[in-house]
Amino acid sequence: MYGLKQDWEVEQDPRCMVLEDYESLTPRWCPGCGDYAVLGALQRLARDLQLPPEKVVIVSGIGCSSRFPHYMKTYGFHGLHGRPLPIASGILSRRPDLHVFVVTGDGDCCAIGTAHWIHAIRYNMDLTVLLFDNNIYGLTKMQSSPTTPLGNPSNTHPEGAPIAPINPLEVTLGIGNASFVAQTLDWNPPHLYATIKAAHEHRGLSFVSILQRCPHFMGDRWNELQEDASRVVLLEHEDGIPVEDGVRRMFPTTRTHDPTDLGDGRHLATGEEGIPMGLLYHNTACRRYDEITAIGLGTSTDEKLAGLEAELDRFAL
Amino acid sequence: MGDDRIVSEVREHIVEIISDAGEGAQTAGQLFGTVSARMGNGVWTVEIIPAEIEPPYRSRAGASGNRIRIATEAVSNMGEAADVVIAFNEQVPYSRIDVGALKPGTILFLESMWAESPYEQIRKAYAEAIADFRQRGYEVVEVPMNDECLKVVEDPKRGKNIWILGLLCALYERDLDIVEMLIERKLGRKGNAIVDANKKLLRAGFDWATQNAAWRFRVAIMPSSERRVVMNGNEALALGIMAAGIEVCSMYPITPATSVSHYLAARFDQVGGIVHQAEDEISAIGFAIGASYAGRTAVTVTSGPGLALKTEFIGLATMAEIPLVIIDVQRGGPSTGLPTRVEQGDLLAALFGQPGDTPVIALAPTTIEECFHFVITARKLAESFRTPVILLSDASLATAQQPFPRPSVHEEWLAPPVDPSPWQQDVPPYAWDPETGLSQRPIPGQRGGEYVVTGLAHDEDSHVAYESKANQHGLKMRRRKLAALAGSLKPPVIHGDSTGDVLVVGWGSTRGAIEEAVDRLRARGRKVSCLTLRFLSPMEPGLKEIFQGFGKVLTIEICYSDPPDEGEGRTYAQLAWLLRAQTLVDVDCWSCVPGVPLPPQVIEAAICERLREPGWAPAIDLENVPCTV
Repeated sequence: MYGLKQDWEVEQDPRCMVLEDYESLTPRWCPGCGDYAVLGALQRLARDLQLPPEKVVIVSGIGCSSRFPHYMKTYGFHGLHGRPLPIASGILSRRPDLHVFVVTGDGDCCAIGTAHWIHAIRYNMDLTVLLFDNNIYGLTKMQSSPTTPLGNPSNTHPEGAPIAPINPLEVTLGIGNASFVAQTLDWNPPHLYATIKAAHEHRGLSFVSILQRCPHFMGDRWNELQEDASRVVLLEHEDGIPVEDGVRRMFPTTRTHDPTDLGDGRHLATGEEGIPMGLLYHNTACRRYDEITAIGLGTSTDEKLAGLEAELDRFAL
Repeated sequence: MGDDRIVSEVREHIVEIISDAGEGAQTAGQLFGTVSARMGNGVWTVEIIPAEIEPPYRSRAGASGNRIRIATEAVSNMGEAADVVIAFNEQVPYSRIDVGALKPGTILFLESMWAESPYEQIRKAYAEAIADFRQRGYEVVEVPMNDECLKVVEDPKRGKNIWILGLLCALYERDLDIVEMLIERKLGRKGNAIVDANKKLLRAGFDWATQNAAWRFRVAIMPSSERRVVMNGNEALALGIMAAGIEVCSMYPITPATSVSHYLAARFDQVGGIVHQAEDEISAIGFAIGASYAGRTAVTVTSGPGLALKTEFIGLATMAEIPLVIIDVQRGGPSTGLPTRVEQGDLLAALFGQPGDTPVIALAPTTIEECFHFVITARKLAESFRTPVILLSDASLATAQQPFPRPSVHEEWLAPPVDPSPWQQDVPPYAWDPETGLSQRPIPGQRGGEYVVTGLAHDEDSHVAYESKANQHGLKMRRRKLAALAGSLKPPVIHGDSTGDVLVVGWGSTRGAIEEAVDRLRARGRKVSCLTLRFLSPMEPGLKEIFQGFGKVLTIEICYSDPPDEGEGRTYAQLAWLLRAQTLVDVDCWSCVPGVPLPPQVIEAAICERLREPGWAPAIDLENVPCTV
């Protein structure tokens, strides 16, 4: 970073990263896709925190949003449909030095990858999980997803989705050991940025549901919210997501919510009061599996050799 | 009786201890095998396992125990009918009789307490069984195990096994000091009182047999100063994992593979490793791939149904060139199949189970010793060739114990997979060598190496391939790696002459029994040889040339195949399929799926049947193979 010292000398860290240091290939998302906003927010966050690009790993599944790692000039893992969480958990298990972000969509996380989602929440490893929830399958061309609203037509349900959707916030908050659950909107960059930042700062699995626009297949999905922002309930608390005045002006319905109050968080997650935006739940005391998987990391070669000889002794004739 | 002992000098003997589940027969059997190995005998022990945890008592289907084959020389398989059987009740031998484990002349030591049972039904069943056993030609010895144990301990149910061990030690003139040391090692953590009680039981059983048992069997020993270890195949895999510098074992419970991770869960910390029990088989391999991608050597351990679930990830690891060791301890299939039983039915699934063109390296250990060393080989291959390596063991090796020379551990086995210094900036993540397809991989943390792994077709930079040439090139480069490995392999060693009437080809755990069968035939003047493949993909070279030295090539396998008269639509055994495709030689096969290891006798009969010698009549009904474990 640059900075002026007291004697007016200019201090410059030889490794000062600028936005370009995190930018890779030109994204190939549709015009107006909400994914661009998240990409921009994450690049800015990495720059602002000066995360060394070689220490950042973006892990994704399959789907439109899962192309994300290709657009970051960091390490990335564009893996299998529904499976980014096991991969990310494996990466982090023995590499506590890395910043691991998971990019997943509503099909990836809430359909094919559901088992991993549930258990990743339970493991509570230090991952930042971004759920890009556009309520539809985009890459495979407009099939219903588990979060598609009841009655919404798609190529697999031309008459409308026949069953009520899953609510990712409710599910996540229903899992024991959930430690950080937030929701934000792709069309509000300051709140999006502040949420991802808080998520990254949290030590444990932070689950961020991002309501995301798909102009191509779900063009009007969030119109109501955009036109009538009072349907969004902006959560405020000194321990919550910091809210700028500009954001507060845009969302007239605000509500104080203590993020340590799980019961109230679960109530807000139902959406009965409107679409919640902010930190629904935060618990820093949850057990973290990555602290367990890191055990033994410092074992020296000599210790290992001695350990092996001791093991062989157990079977010695 | 003590005065008229019959002392027999024997080259080898087979002992079985069978009981209801939970009576400790397995512990006694393992200890007997260990003391025999320690004294210098060749040993092969194998567990007799009921499918359930605690099946109904005195059941004909629920035998639990151990078979121990001891010999003057090394033993490579579990052999045929037993010479001595010790049974804790009169019903449990029937499950062994069903599989041909007893023969006329087998000495059957039988717990006699059932003759005094308060229940008439049991007394009657006991009397009937004894009569039946004698009718079948077994030498029945009724032993008051319970009463004798009661003289030493209050609850004979928890000690009969060690009393029995004492009896066996008298029969086979085993060194009780060694056994006492083994008891201390095995039970030491339970406290001195338990150890002392068991030592007393051991001596009591020994004394009883000294007074009451007529036989003594001398299996000559070949003392050796070589340091040896004894363990079963899954323990050898676990130790191999530890010695291979692997630090993550990611698994989901599945029989018969799970005991590998049980061992690691208890002992992996000795080398700083961890066991991750995932929520499912898919997640287990995903976690392992993640760890390996991040530069931490990983293994996933599974069996057939788990391998099926892992196929998509194996494809990804191949496509993205992420090293990984996958251990498949095979069981019977398809579907849930025979979960605790042996089969070699995953061969083609391992090689070709992945959709698309997915070259994988596959190798198979043939002994317990190889279970240990092949993990180290597999790790090295996975990293050198930047690809998944599948190690195919099976349920037979999993629980069989065999002594082998103590491995001398090498520091280089533990070396980290990659050099973590900064990446040379202009080198792409897939800088494929055009001849070998080999390339170096950057790992997260290496500055300048930032790239995005993708399962999509990609170019050298790991950028998504939008042109057709790139896909062709990528597939070629990944395939070249197997060709490069094949080029470094040696032709397999032929057991026997390099020309003859029949060459038997096998792979994996059947090796010992095949070689024994071939040795017997050769001793009778038959021109039969055999070879065992350890590399299944790529295959060891020179097979076609070797095959040309024989009138017939026959695979012996534990999987399903049709008899030869099936014509064009004949289903061949899996290795035979491969060999036929690979060599264009008209390879024949004989295989069956009894769920148990094939005894040498059966293999011998199968070879003879295919030789179709005039006047030869099979001694065994090959349609209904008797298999002893």
